Amino acid sequence: MSGANSFQVSGYGPQRAGLARLLARDSLARRLDWPMLLAALALSMLGSLLVYSATRNRTELNQGDPYYFLIRHVLNTGIGLTLMIGTLWLGHRTLRGAVPILYGFSLLLTLLVLTPLGSTINGAHSWIKLPGGFSLQPSEFVKVTIILGMAMLLAARVDAGDKPYPDHRTVLQALGLAAVPMLIVLLMPDLGSVMVMVVIVLGVLLASGSSNRWVFGLIGTGTIGALTVWQLGILDDYQIARFAAFANPELDPAGVGYNTNQARIAIGSGGLTGSGLFKGSQTTGQFVPEQQTDFVFTVAGEELGFIGGGLIIVLIGVILWRACRIARETTELYGTIVAAGIVAWFAFQAFENIGMTLGIMPVTGLPLPFVSYGGSSMFAVWVAVGLLQSIRVQRPMSA
Amino acid sequence: MTNIPETGRTPRVQIRLVVIQILVLSLLGTLGGRLWYLQIREGQAYAKEASGNHVQQVVQPAVRGSILDARGVPLADNETRLVVSASRTDLLKMPDDGKGVLTKLAGVLSMTPAEVMEKVRLCDAKTPQPCWNGSPYQPIPITDEATPKQALQIRERAEDFPGITAEPQALRRYPSPGGSNTAQVLGYLSPVTDQELQQAQDTDSPYLRSDQVGRSGLERQYDKQLRGKAGVTRYEVDNLGRVIGEAKADAAQAGSNLVTSIDSRVQRVAEYELNEAMKEARKEWDRNTNERYKADSGAVVVMEAKTGRVVAMASNPSYDPNAWVGGISAKDYKRLTGKESNYPLLNRAIQGQSAPGSIFKVIPTAAAINAGYSFDGPYQCSSSYSIGGQVFKNFESKGYGPISLGRALEVSCDTVFYRLSHEEWKRDGGTKPKKKTNDWFYKTAHQFGLGAETGIDLPNEVTGRIPDRQWKQDYWKANKNAWCKYGKKGGSYAQQIAYENCLEGNRMRAGDSVNYSIGQGDTLVTPIQMASIYAAISNGGTLYNPTVGKAVVSADGRTVDEIKPKPRSKLPIGRKTLTEMSDALAGVATRGTAAWRFADVGWPQNKIAMHAKTGTAEVYGKQTTSWFATYTKDYAVVMTIAQGGTGSGASGPAVRNIYDALYGVSDGGAIDRKNALLPTPQKSLPKVRTDGTITSPKVSKDPAKEQRASQQDAGGGDQPQLAGTAATPTPENRDTRRRRRRGRGPGAGRGPGSRRTLT
Repeated sequence: MSGANSFQVSGYGPQRAGLARLLARDSLARRLDWPMLLAALALSMLGSLLVYSATRNRTELNQGDPYYFLIRHVLNTGIGLTLMIGTLWLGHRTLRGAVPILYGFSLLLTLLVLTPLGSTINGAHSWIKLPGGFSLQPSEFVKVTIILGMAMLLAARVDAGDKPYPDHRTVLQALGLAAVPMLIVLLMPDLGSVMVMVVIVLGVLLASGSSNRWVFGLIGTGTIGALTVWQLGILDDYQIARFAAFANPELDPAGVGYNTNQARIAIGSGGLTGSGLFKGSQTTGQFVPEQQTDFVFTVAGEELGFIGGGLIIVLIGVILWRACRIARETTELYGTIVAAGIVAWFAFQAFENIGMTLGIMPVTGLPLPFVSYGGSSMFAVWVAVGLLQSIRVQRPMSA
Repeated sequence: MTNIPETGRTPRVQIRLVVIQILVLSLLGTLGGRLWYLQIREGQAYAKEASGNHVQQVVQPAVRGSILDARGVPLADNETRLVVSASRTDLLKMPDDGKGVLTKLAGVLSMTPAEVMEKVRLCDAKTPQPCWNGSPYQPIPITDEATPKQALQIRERAEDFPGITAEPQALRRYPSPGGSNTAQVLGYLSPVTDQELQQAQDTDSPYLRSDQVGRSGLERQYDKQLRGKAGVTRYEVDNLGRVIGEAKADAAQAGSNLVTSIDSRVQRVAEYELNEAMKEARKEWDRNTNERYKADSGAVVVMEAKTGRVVAMASNPSYDPNAWVGGISAKDYKRLTGKESNYPLLNRAIQGQSAPGSIFKVIPTAAAINAGYSFDGPYQCSSSYSIGGQVFKNFESKGYGPISLGRALEVSCDTVFYRLSHEEWKRDGGTKPKKKTNDWFYKTAHQFGLGAETGIDLPNEVTGRIPDRQWKQDYWKANKNAWCKYGKKGGSYAQQIAYENCLEGNRMRAGDSVNYSIGQGDTLVTPIQMASIYAAISNGGTLYNPTVGKAVVSADGRTVDEIKPKPRSKLPIGRKTLTEMSDALAGVATRGTAAWRFADVGWPQNKIAMHAKTGTAEVYGKQTTSWFATYTKDYAVVMTIAQGGTGSGASGPAVRNIYDALYGVSDGGAIDRKNALLPTPQKSLPKVRTDGTITSPKVSKDPAKEQRASQQDAGGGDQPQLAGTAATPTPENRDTRRRRRRGRGPGAGRGPGSRRTLT
């Protein structure tokens, strides 16, 4: 960061051409947050290895092609990178104007899931089948649009200098904006995603500087809401069973507790250095279900051991740490809110995903950002990285 | 880093951002800590659980070793049957779960496809038989009766029958060489129980679910050696049980062969002669009970005199051990163990005990010498001996005047032993025993190995009983209440006995010691005990633990573990007494009670010195037990027939025929070496070749019948028939046959001699 202060920086720097522009000290490439970018790339690459290890002999899934999932994961990463570059190119400020359109589009997609176009995977009715064997999970994109939408509403008057904090009316509007897609996702029912969204809303409200009453009120409402949902039986049996199995994994080792149990055995048996890539007996023996998506961390745990599992946590830590910095350092509240929302999203989703494989969180169907197989998730997290990079690139280099 | 003034950002947001950062850090820290806990701290336990998860064992059973006779003739071996099996692991890999292959297989085996499918399905709570109960990773047998043609069809077209094997497999077989049965000695196998499976789990020779375990006889005694070690291949499997790799393979180790000292031909002769003798006895009239002899059970032991090795051991009634192979049917099981069965599973040579009668007399003879009496005496052989008004008679009330102990053995004079035993009883204090009693007659019996197991290498041997002071005390304590309840003064005979026993059953009475001196009363012995005693007298006084096993030879013949004869103790008699006693027993065969079975009917006594002792023991409520104990310098033969009559009468011809077969003696007394089955005990061990085959001589179809024929043909011919009871006893010998028939027993008035009757 030394020397950065001596430059006159704005979002629209001097126009230069070609390589020189790229390498210039005030260039886009120089101003990018490389640690975050490299950590995200490393996670995606590590993910492709783990996904490959988990699927190379699952013939019933990979249609006889051991590289089926590997190729698609790499492809998804490529598309994700492209989306990130696109986001960066447009810039979060430009996107700020398009938020209503994006929000509306994502809302439409989630509504489509509830139509006959939607399909059910693992008890969650949260996918839209596309031609060519692809499928879309709109709830992943809703996470992004909720952040953007709320940020737009909450930051509007503050960034304009009208008020130091968002007023109650604005907060109420923002909450309403988040609540609509959340309700739809809850109906799917995709409980995991709703949990993530609740945490996102919490993070956004915290970062927006809204009154403490809102923050604690939301926590209270969330708790009461969860209890209500439980009591009213809105949850399906399988979801209750998962929570019961979390509380007591030995309850039914062949049934609902099976996932948690086998996952824990896989990770536990890894030890310090693991059994070596492609050599894990739990993984090769396909004892852990959904191992390329929700339980991908168990592959790392078993085959790469504490070192590999720890590396994933550290890499996620690097991304979160850089994102927190970006949130703190940007001048606009809009950027701060977006960054904080993303931090809340990544942090909670990673914690929930890894936590459930370690047996400290209940099992819900959530992918591990960057690592798990799954296009929608991959695209969404890379768009989020694009937003973070854009906020960093376009922040004023203050003295 | 803070840029609050620049942005105009309020501290509230900034502080909250820091809070978020701390929260995030702590979440990640939690994950890291939990990961460390699972992988580093608890890693070992989880690794173990994981390995249990994905390893499955496939077991190849070891071939059970054979049981061979002394010359290598198999008494128990394995028969190979062609077994067609299916591997579930392979079948499940096929798109149709192997249905096509099984249908094709059904065609080859001429079974219906449904039958075949039922055989390979796994048993569970909802699946009725037939189904497979074993490990799903084990090849599942579909039939064990495949023809070679069917097996060939399957093997030739292996590509058409993936997962199907047609291989020869071993099943136990008891081939009965030469018609010998040997059932109780060999024992039998039955499937392992859950409990045994669990108990043996962590030992060095664990059982398999499919294992057969030796249940009695040699099969049980040498089970560990015979069983071998099963081969185990560990496969790594996935969550659906599909094999994904081979972890470890241990080849199966075939069980060792057991070479026994049994000679299958002599065994056959012994079994046949015992059975014939019992059949003959059943034709005889018992004047005491006024019915024919029942001869309901019997046993014979042929033992090598110098080693204690058992050459033949027969128990009657017997059964076909093949009944157990492949699982015994309920009907067969009832026939072998039911109330009506007369218990053919019992090996009466080691598990049958009864009063020995006069064959016991070698023990009081030795005891008298130890107590200080001289062998030569003379001792008064009166016709009766009375103690306080009670009269103990000699057989037929016959007296021989003053005679030596040797002569007393020859003529089996009871009164000589009555007197000696009574005198010793008195010396020990009589009814008021001294603090320290000598108890020569009892002590000597224990020194002869009676009242204890002989230690033969067969399971569940019984001890017999010496009714000494200690035993009387214990027995009285155990039965006192019942006696006192039932006993009545002046009541029925049994009530009177109970009454007396109630009062003084714990004390050694004069009558007890008198009865005991001739092997009556509460004395019980087993045939194997008597055989070892007479073998010891033959070999100069060494009492051996009898053995049936001679060597354990590994399947490839490379390691031979010889089972050496085990000397147990020395008989408590000096050389001189032993010679004198031996001479007297030879006298029994030449001029005494057994002469009409040997010397009188052409036994070549000068070439093969025969020694014998007859015994006829009484049992309350039953007919007399026939005992016959004999020995030469090579062998001791002891036979007993329950409810069979007299010693020499019922058992005599059979024992003579066994000796004839051993030495090749004809009925007339000529010795033909060619006809001798085993003139000297088998010394060398049979050869087991490295490929597992065993050299063994051929055994003819029925050595027993051939022996009978050759004994008649080759003989001098003046004695036409020796079998059964054909020979005419001399007047004197006739006495011995019926001796001690009258004047004793329940009907002949009450006396201490009859107290045994309640046992």
